[in-house]
Amino acid sequence: MTISAEFLEPIITLVLLLLLAVIAFGIVRVRGLFAVVIMLGAYSFLMATLFIVLDAVDVAMTEASVGAGISTVLFLGALYLTDVKEATGRARRLAPMLVAVVTAGVLIWGLSDLPEFGSADQPIHTKGADYLDRSIPETGIQNVVSSVLASYRGFDTLGETAVVFTAAIGVLALFARRRSDGKG
Amino acid sequence: MRLDVVLRVTTKFILAPLLLFALYVQFHGDYGPGGGFQAGVIAAAAIILYGLINGLAAARRIVPDAVLERLIPAGVLIYALVGVAGMFTGENFLGYNHLAHDAVHGQEWGVFLVEAGVFVTVFSSMVGIFYAFAGRRRA
Amino acid sequence: MTLIDPLIALATRGVTIFLMVAGLYVVIARGNMVKKLVGLSLFQSSVYLLFILPGKIVGGTAPIIDPAFEVYAHPLPHVLILTAIVVGIGTLALGLALVVRIREAFGTIEEDEILAREDAVRVERDE
Repeated sequence: MTISAEFLEPIITLVLLLLLAVIAFGIVRVRGLFAVVIMLGAYSFLMATLFIVLDAVDVAMTEASVGAGISTVLFLGALYLTDVKEATGRARRLAPMLVAVVTAGVLIWGLSDLPEFGSADQPIHTKGADYLDRSIPETGIQNVVSSVLASYRGFDTLGETAVVFTAAIGVLALFARRRSDGKG
Repeated sequence: MRLDVVLRVTTKFILAPLLLFALYVQFHGDYGPGGGFQAGVIAAAAIILYGLINGLAAARRIVPDAVLERLIPAGVLIYALVGVAGMFTGENFLGYNHLAHDAVHGQEWGVFLVEAGVFVTVFSSMVGIFYAFAGRRRA
Repeated sequence: MTLIDPLIALATRGVTIFLMVAGLYVVIARGNMVKKLVGLSLFQSSVYLLFILPGKIVGGTAPIIDPAFEVYAHPLPHVLILTAIVVGIGTLALGLALVVRIREAFGTIEEDEILAREDAVRVERDE
């Protein structure tokens, strides 16, 4: 007996979403920053798994390598250079909680019209751009994500490469060793 | 950390496959999941892993700072130059159709070169940022 | 099928909203700057989820064209989120670098302690 994808895919999505929510709750509550960073790594891996179930394989690959790999290394490096423990400072709960609740309310109202999960008659599939039909005849590239990224939306990607460049230059400038005996 | 035999031996075994996998992800990006970003990050992860296990000085011998500081802008330049090259062939900026004898081949060349530019910038940026953090002394 | 449909509708909306609000809460409520950046990451990843979810078709496959398949997920959200993830790591790296520099200048990464120290310096200067 085979279990159909129509049955299995929503269940796997459901379980992964619940796990994500649990880890996110842990991240909010825990005070030890080391534990928080490691939980963020686990969170990224779960997110990558969820992206695979949602058929976003390129995104999953990026999230696993960037979110769970590089950003964890950077966080740990920053923790080594700063403090590992979060101060249990003065209570400042009411205003943030109010903002959060109001935002949640607006989001619930705004997302109530979202189309049904996984159905083929969502607007993005019926009215969205037809890259899936155009990719092979126009570019000969099978992976449509690659062709959209580098060709149809090449300008976006140029801007994004420029952002990575700017971020790297910014970090190098912030951490530059002073060659002269300069002060301050 | 430096005396941990398991980590050092595993790193030795895993480094070459990691770099090879980065190249696979880069050049197979047209047919399967992957592309310049993912390949750049995976290659950077290999260098970072080497740096974590064998120390920053050893990693700096493989990829020196001077090389990185040239590679970071080089990737953006490659990308922009491909766009300008498209303009010289009578297309729009970043139009690849006339880069080769027919439109489909032109597109494939354009995407290939652009992804190479992305790879160069992402790889060198990630390694450069890691060096910056790892080379910092604790205040 | 009948039971899972409302559950999944609730979970996709509920978890997306929860992640976004949790990230927002951490950014506002916590004074520790590394924790703020963690909250920012949470917030960002909820946006990833919000974009990727509508692209999915149950029973479909990844948008890599092959004669063996007919139903594909829509590639456009994937491209946008790919860009967002890489830009996210760029901003994160820059933010962490700023946090490290702040720690070197002030000796702390807690927001209220930094403000207190600045006030002390200002009072000293005025006297």
